[in-house]
Amino acid sequence: MTAMALTQRPASVLSRLLHRHEACRGWLLLAPALCLMLVAILFPLGSTLVMSTWSLDGYSVDRTPTLGNYSAMLGQPMFGALIGRSLVVATIATVVTVALCYPMAYFVAFHVHRHKALWLILLTLPFWTSYLLRVFAWKVVLGYEGVLNTALIGLGIVQEPLAALLYSQTAVTLVLAHSWAAFAILPIYVSLEKIDRSYIEAAADLGDGLTRRFWRITFPLSLPGVVAAFFMMFVPTVGDYITPAMVGGPDGMMVGNLIQAMFGPMNNWPAGAALSVVMMLTIGLAGLAFLAVGRLVGR
Amino acid sequence: MISLRNVCKSFGRMQVVNDVSLEIAAGEFFSLLGASGSGKTTLLRMIAGFEAVTSGQILIDGQPMQDTPPHLRPINMVFQNYAIFPHLTVRDNIAYGLRRLGTPKAEQARMVDAMLELIALPGYGDRRAHQLSGGQMQRVALARALILKPKLLLLDEPLGALDKQLREQMQIELRSLQRQLGITFVLVTHDQEEALTLSDRVAVMANGQVIQVDTPSGLYDRPKTRQVAAFVGTMNFFDATVRTDGSARIADVAGLGVMTLNGSGQGRTDGERVLVALRPEGLGLSRTKPEGPAYAVAGQLQARQYLGGRQLLHVQVAGRAAPVTVAAGAARGEDPWSGDEGSPVWLTWAPDAVTILDPT
Amino acid sequence: MARYIGFHRPNRPLALYAGAFAVFLYLPILFIPLFSFNAGVYVKFPLEGFTLAWYADLFQREPLQRAFWNSVQVAAVVSLSSTVLAVPAAMAIARYRMPGKRAAVSFIMLPLVLPGLILGVALLTVLNGLGVRLSLVTVALGHMVICLPYAISVLLPRFIGFSRSLEEASADLGESPWWTFLRVTLPCNMPGVLACLLMTFTISFDEFFMAFFLSGTEPTLPMYIWSQLRFPQDFPSLLALSTLILVASFAMVFASLKLGRVGLAPAGERR
Repeated sequence: MTAMALTQRPASVLSRLLHRHEACRGWLLLAPALCLMLVAILFPLGSTLVMSTWSLDGYSVDRTPTLGNYSAMLGQPMFGALIGRSLVVATIATVVTVALCYPMAYFVAFHVHRHKALWLILLTLPFWTSYLLRVFAWKVVLGYEGVLNTALIGLGIVQEPLAALLYSQTAVTLVLAHSWAAFAILPIYVSLEKIDRSYIEAAADLGDGLTRRFWRITFPLSLPGVVAAFFMMFVPTVGDYITPAMVGGPDGMMVGNLIQAMFGPMNNWPAGAALSVVMMLTIGLAGLAFLAVGRLVGR
Repeated sequence: MISLRNVCKSFGRMQVVNDVSLEIAAGEFFSLLGASGSGKTTLLRMIAGFEAVTSGQILIDGQPMQDTPPHLRPINMVFQNYAIFPHLTVRDNIAYGLRRLGTPKAEQARMVDAMLELIALPGYGDRRAHQLSGGQMQRVALARALILKPKLLLLDEPLGALDKQLREQMQIELRSLQRQLGITFVLVTHDQEEALTLSDRVAVMANGQVIQVDTPSGLYDRPKTRQVAAFVGTMNFFDATVRTDGSARIADVAGLGVMTLNGSGQGRTDGERVLVALRPEGLGLSRTKPEGPAYAVAGQLQARQYLGGRQLLHVQVAGRAAPVTVAAGAARGEDPWSGDEGSPVWLTWAPDAVTILDPT
Repeated sequence: MARYIGFHRPNRPLALYAGAFAVFLYLPILFIPLFSFNAGVYVKFPLEGFTLAWYADLFQREPLQRAFWNSVQVAAVVSLSSTVLAVPAAMAIARYRMPGKRAAVSFIMLPLVLPGLILGVALLTVLNGLGVRLSLVTVALGHMVICLPYAISVLLPRFIGFSRSLEEASADLGESPWWTFLRVTLPCNMPGVLACLLMTFTISFDEFFMAFFLSGTEPTLPMYIWSQLRFPQDFPSLLALSTLILVASFAMVFASLKLGRVGLAPAGERR
């Protein structure tokens, strides 16, 4: 009876088509998210590109396409210096962070057995909470009359507050490392966790000690994760502007601050758009370089 | 009842099922037997509707079904891992398919009780999947499908996850359940013993193709190819060349000597290379040269496998690298070949126990 | 005689390092609640006594409360809508063989690595070009772009780990795809969906870059904090506010990360 009821209900043309073509079903499900992203990423990036060819005429915007913004940037060494500094700061912060995070990820992957999930949550938890507040916390710690200086004076270690603590490139590096640690730990941890333990045991069996085992087996196998960590952290840090604005001072200013200023107080949107296009290209090139390194390492 | 016509399936460039045509009759217990990767599971999933056919037709009672999504097919399935819904109780699992049919609640409860009775699990209704053993989950999966009174029940390696003893018990239950309900069963298995025990007919699959469809005894006694012969049960193969001696068609068999061909061997031509296949039960063993017309050849008993009620004896004969396997029964309390390893023996066989196959 | 204590013996220096790392990670953040209870106006040692005055002060600030409700509204809308979009997307990615999937997934995940500044500026230019007035709606749009990749990556492991045969069994028992989703897929993956809701809520609530460029006259809470950072005399109140936000965020993210693992094989048991 059931069977009869079932066969008598014919499938619609659409459901027949979807049954026949699995990929159609997949794309149908993916479509809403994909559409949002297409509209909200491609359009804006395109419009930034278009706006970068406009120019400022007094207080109004002249929409005739020109490369004036770009040539102005070439003419002013300040822009190149700012982009160069952003790359340097981001690179240093990334290298420092990855180097600091590797042992941590290694510890969780190999030496934590019972509360692995808890450790992972502990390490990534701060990352999910307000970036602004974390930077704010550092401002509190590093300030001229801040926690660290007053504590050092109170303990009699220094007489005068250390001015260098805040508003320096070091401060920017430190805060970036702290903020993006989770981004660096996770990919490294995943690549370490994936390593088949029997490789390491085999190496030990063949007479390698702890150190040699690490450099000959564990580290090479975890390199893809290290490259991914570099990439994941480098790209967003190049474009950061909260950290330099809050703890960087004039020395710590990065390209993001200038873009923000151009869209804000300076009110020169076309120039800001041109600068973000240049920044995107820089990041894209850096990304491609990472990808190439990743391919090399992956082989 | 169900017909497959030239069904093909490929994933990308890989052809998984290649031109399969089958007719399965109503009320039949039909098995798809094959090693992993033979395409049997994919074929079953196409019948159920989880995979679309690349080409070909699937007809149920004459209606084409290949483009119908699974939820509209009059077919139910018992999954390999049982797929008991973990968030529902046993009762809700069994009643799952009744919602769409609009069965009243009281009627649903009555039907579920009847099913729990049928699968011998009354009182288990409020348990959840993780509180059940493998065998119990298997029964719930069966009940969940059978409550919908399907025309066709598909079983994907339903006994694979059970231990040997439980598996044998479930085989008996499955077979009697099928007889009792008269529903067509299609079983996928890689276990030839299971296929032979349960089925009315078996289709042996390899490399995406059906190589033979037959009754269990037909498959065992009259395999059509070397592949089937090797896959179903144990088989001794001997290379042989056909020739004519007077009026009789005879064969020179490596290791067994000259043998007169009858039955399937009659149609062979002179000089043709063939394969002579002999089941271990088709061979006999004696300590002295036997009298009478039976064929016999001298050999040496090399090794013995004692298996309780019977034993397998491996005999080395001249002109053949691999030993010949012979099955011998053993009466209770006797172990006739104990300690005879290494001693000379005679192999005997009857001509009608021989199957002649193509060499590949 | 030394006892052999196993192949993976504990490494004491490494354990110490891990402890130090955790301190480095949490210590700066912990100064925020510490000084939020400090009676002194200046954030420095020595502490000057316990007070709840800064918390009481928060209730006097009307703009703050408006900003708070703005943030809550935006976060609620964003978490719901991005989860609704992410669930089918994660299902598609986990399940279906489809050509071009890798490219599509990489594109959807792009905001994970694109600097928030660039996205914010780019959205600003297009909204400006279309003549859309900046408001909480535009902030929510920006937040959805940021949250969607995170939402998908929270859900994806669940759907990959979710046995496909359960859905097939439901279809086999006669349920349509939609009812299968309601009766099997959703209830079985509820922890993951809840984790996704909590995670996206927190991200949106705390987000600053997008809000900075896309909010109009109505600020979100992080915007309010940013605007008050210029006034040192407001620091203690900001510390109190930050403490509350941190506690709420930590609780929600912790619950989310915990929920995200319910029913998944614990990482430590894989060998």
